[in-house]
Amino acid sequence: MNPVLRTEGLTKRYGSRQALTDVTLTIPAGRVVGLVGPNGAGKSTLLNLAAGMIAPTSGTIQVLGARPAATAAQLARVGFVAQDTPVYAGLSVGDHLRMGARLNPAWDGALAQRRVGEVGLDPAQKAGRLSGGQRAQLALTIAAAKRPELLIFDEPVASLDPLSRRAFLQSLMEFVAELEVSVVLSSHLLGDLERVCDHLVVLTASRVQLAGEVEELLAAHYRLVAARGALDALPPAVRVIHAEHTARQSTLIVHDTAGAVPALVPDAERLDLEDMVLAYLTRAANASVTGNAEQPLEAHR
Amino acid sequence: MIDFHLDTRSGVSPYLQLVQQVQRALRLGLLSVGDQLPTVKEVVGKLAINPNTVLKAYRELEHLGLVAPRPGLGTFVTRTLTDDSLVAHEPLRQELLAWLARAQQAGLDADSIEALFMTTFRKATEVTQ
Repeated sequence: MNPVLRTEGLTKRYGSRQALTDVTLTIPAGRVVGLVGPNGAGKSTLLNLAAGMIAPTSGTIQVLGARPAATAAQLARVGFVAQDTPVYAGLSVGDHLRMGARLNPAWDGALAQRRVGEVGLDPAQKAGRLSGGQRAQLALTIAAAKRPELLIFDEPVASLDPLSRRAFLQSLMEFVAELEVSVVLSSHLLGDLERVCDHLVVLTASRVQLAGEVEELLAAHYRLVAARGALDALPPAVRVIHAEHTARQSTLIVHDTAGAVPALVPDAERLDLEDMVLAYLTRAANASVTGNAEQPLEAHR
Repeated sequence: MIDFHLDTRSGVSPYLQLVQQVQRALRLGLLSVGDQLPTVKEVVGKLAINPNTVLKAYRELEHLGLVAPRPGLGTFVTRTLTDDSLVAHEPLRQELLAWLARAQQAGLDADSIEALFMTTFRKATEVTQ
């Protein structure tokens, strides 16, 4: 099966601003991919490139084995929901479904009708009068009823209250279970991503910092706590992502690419997804202050 | 039918939580042979988790010989855990009480005892997974 997304040296510039730099990624099919990073890191740029809304400055991108939005057939294979789940305010819920049926060759009308009923949307209601949660459910329903092979969401839950957010993710996971569709979504809500994602991409300052299967990434990251100086000579396969020191103690977050840590530090602590991602985001935030992107900063106390 | 929940702060991976909840229900007699587990779609629709997490948990339960899939119908309980384990509960409880008493004599407070138990427990269950 083709990977859902494959990029080589993918780069996008807006004038002198570097939105995406040398991104090389392969994302296998059948995953729910979480795309995380601070605002302005390039998440929307990457998603818009994947949806074919914009073209790369250099490098290549393939979605489901083809150039994004190259043909009508390729467009039908991808469902894209832009930031804030836009809908047509003046059209009713029913109008949206009729339009979906007209515009999409593989439209699943039964699925759309059932879903609208299940989430309690009134077909006569104007989309402009829907709540944020209902609007997100409508956008999700339309994207899914297209029966695409890949669904792309740009921060679908950012503006939703906790209850609507949970309802949206429940619906999305039901679609994934039922339709076997691959999903890429960006979000700042690491707790949500921990529940729904099995693949992760961390983007900061236009570059990919970390990408892979969540389970494998979590198995390769550790928090090491030791007397200060005891961890100064780690093997090269153990990369320090974040380090904090007090006068006596060092706390390191490390990425162990060779399985070396258990032998070195038998009681090394595993991280959850949130702590792992935060270590990368902290490193990037510190680097942007000093202008040094490579070296992890040491926070002295 | 069993109702799953998820504790995201427990440090136990979600798939393992599902496995443990089925095992607990089997031990307590809340599930018995022939009972159906919720479908993957039902579980993800309730918990908002990745379907692969549920599939992994069900595969693990199948591997443990506790459930079996029936194609097109769902996943069904094939074995209970009540008979063999309930008998063992009491002697194990006595051993645990004796251990707790020794821990207190050694000067450990409640938090230290819990921490020691939980870290040991997690490590031991990690190894067997």
